[in-house]
Amino acid sequence: MNGTIHNEGAFLNNIAKNLGRAPITEGISVPEWKHAPKKEVLKHATPNDLVAELKEQCKRVHTQFHVTDSKQVMHCLTQVIEELGNGPLIIPKDDRFSAYGLEGILKEKDVHIWDHQAGNENIEKAESANIGITFSEMTLAESATIVLFSDKDHGRSISFLPACHVSIIPKSTIVPRMTQAAAAIRSKVARGEVIPSCINFITGPSNSADIEMDLVVGVHGPIKAVYIIVEDK
Amino acid sequence: MAMKTSSAKFKDRVDEGIHNDFMRLAVSSAQERLHGRRLTAVDELGSWEDWRSLGEEIRQHVLSNLDFYLHQLAENVSKRGGHVFFAETAEEASGYIKDVIVKKNAKKVVKSKSMVTEEINLNATLEAVGLDVVETDLGEYILQVDDHDPPSHIVAPALHKNKEQIRDVFKEKLAYTQTEKPEELTAHVRGILRKDFLSADVGITGCNFAIAETGSIGLVTNEGNADLVTALPKTQITVMGMERLVPTFDEFEVLVSLLTRSAVGQRLTSYITALTGPRDEDDVDGPEEFHLVIVDNGRSSILGTEFQSVLQCIRCAACINVCPVYRQVGGHSYGSIYPGPIGAVLSPLLGGYDDFKELPYASTLCAACTDACPVKIPLHDLLRKHREVIVEKEKMAPFSEKMAMKAFGIGAASPMLYKFGSKMAPSAMSPFKTGDIISKGPGPLKTWTESREFPAPGKESFRDWFKNREKGGKPS
Repeated sequence: MNGTIHNEGAFLNNIAKNLGRAPITEGISVPEWKHAPKKEVLKHATPNDLVAELKEQCKRVHTQFHVTDSKQVMHCLTQVIEELGNGPLIIPKDDRFSAYGLEGILKEKDVHIWDHQAGNENIEKAESANIGITFSEMTLAESATIVLFSDKDHGRSISFLPACHVSIIPKSTIVPRMTQAAAAIRSKVARGEVIPSCINFITGPSNSADIEMDLVVGVHGPIKAVYIIVEDK
Repeated sequence: MAMKTSSAKFKDRVDEGIHNDFMRLAVSSAQERLHGRRLTAVDELGSWEDWRSLGEEIRQHVLSNLDFYLHQLAENVSKRGGHVFFAETAEEASGYIKDVIVKKNAKKVVKSKSMVTEEINLNATLEAVGLDVVETDLGEYILQVDDHDPPSHIVAPALHKNKEQIRDVFKEKLAYTQTEKPEELTAHVRGILRKDFLSADVGITGCNFAIAETGSIGLVTNEGNADLVTALPKTQITVMGMERLVPTFDEFEVLVSLLTRSAVGQRLTSYITALTGPRDEDDVDGPEEFHLVIVDNGRSSILGTEFQSVLQCIRCAACINVCPVYRQVGGHSYGSIYPGPIGAVLSPLLGGYDDFKELPYASTLCAACTDACPVKIPLHDLLRKHREVIVEKEKMAPFSEKMAMKAFGIGAASPMLYKFGSKMAPSAMSPFKTGDIISKGPGPLKTWTESREFPAPGKESFRDWFKNREKGGKPS
């Protein structure tokens, strides 16, 4: 159902009046911008170059970084979980766990799989979880950023409430920078798809420098972040 | 708090700032760190001038077609089930928000940092009806706990406080028993606020950029507080200044890249979130109800004037971080929630010359602000225009630069300070130069040079000078 809109007419007419012209509510399209520096960044990077860039940037955003393949990934994830102090774990309901050789995680005894029918219990589980595990939809090499799309099986809280966040990054999701992610979202819009109510671009753990400009890692969101890059099959 | 943060006289505020040694040390060290990080981030990106030109182009296009894009935004928010309220005044905005919250029988409100909610005096309006309003940005929270101390910087609001002061405030107000280590102070706040996030009925955010094509709201933080504010409470209210929008995700991406680099020298901040409408059907978290409040509060009267370009601002504070006057007097001296060069331009426009007529004189017109601005607002030109208006149209007594500079403690005694801000092309100054001393300066330098001689800006650009300085090289 559509939401309400209040006081629009007078507000917009006043803007037009101050701009010295009649009101415009249609017929404007985004111009071709004269400057286009964004496509130059990492323009000639190969997939391996992008992994290298991502790895380098991870050091600057306090994020652990592992590269593995679908045969070794379960072993790698198990080790990471152990290093982070084990469960409880919370994960989205996502077929990629099986597709990427991570069925093992589904059988862990201390794991909660997001179940929209269970309602708020999911949030309580996320709040008490030590580790939330997500799959990155797109990954930005330049800034070491993962992208998450919310839906009924992918709760927002999974990446925010647990003390640690582990993100599984299929190598094919790595792109140079936010430019490519924005373009991918716009092509969804152009195809008439409904975009998710929450799109997160997450770069490492939460942090703040509000006290004397000293960086403190771990403020409201996760205190530790780990990325596991998986070579696609 | 409203836009005006102090009823003390300008001269007295400046005097207090000048004599607050800790604050001045904190400000200068923060300026250097933020500025240094910004230069590194800008250099790494490459083609910075093209990026700035693109940012300017996008912002100017949006301002010229602002009614179109606001209409598109409102339609798309509504299509996704969100409610849109256009508020001409601060009172209309805060009144609407209060009504929404009261109707919900809500008790607790969590907020993520937002300058526009300060501008419309939202917290006071909500507290007046008995609501518990909790700021969740660490810096804002510190100020709130300290009896609503005003912010002194738009990105790092508690910049003027040291960790010992914060520890003492926490001891007094929050039963804090640990040390002044930032990690311990922060962990304490994390524990308290986590409970507030989980128990709040309403979450309120500002808006870095709305996206017209999709009806989305873009939020940029490092702490992740905006995400908890919008993921957990049942109702989300977002307040945006009417100019803070972009056409599509493509332009959102450009402005976010400019913002995070310019504000904190990061390629991206830890959390950048695009929220569209309330939660989708069957979603467990995210708000059930979403309201977008679009605020004019004096902005429309800037459109179509010689000051229009100030509305290009993306609130990064890069201008504040290079300003030699801000460095001397600190944020509170401006008496506005918007300090520094951007505040000196914006505050008189939004709050009137009666309260803020001195601010355009709180500048050396050195143009370091203009050079730092990622969307190319000609800040020092706008400050000069303000002075013309004040003298010619408003017929207010001109506030002499000589007096101002004296009050700011800026003079021949601190030549380094002058150089810090200065990026004047050596060639522009050369007709007035005798050796390395300016003896008869043009325009604003005139009153200075009438009483004292100033060191001429060196041939080194500010950026080069700063780099050399960081490497430990001797400043020229």
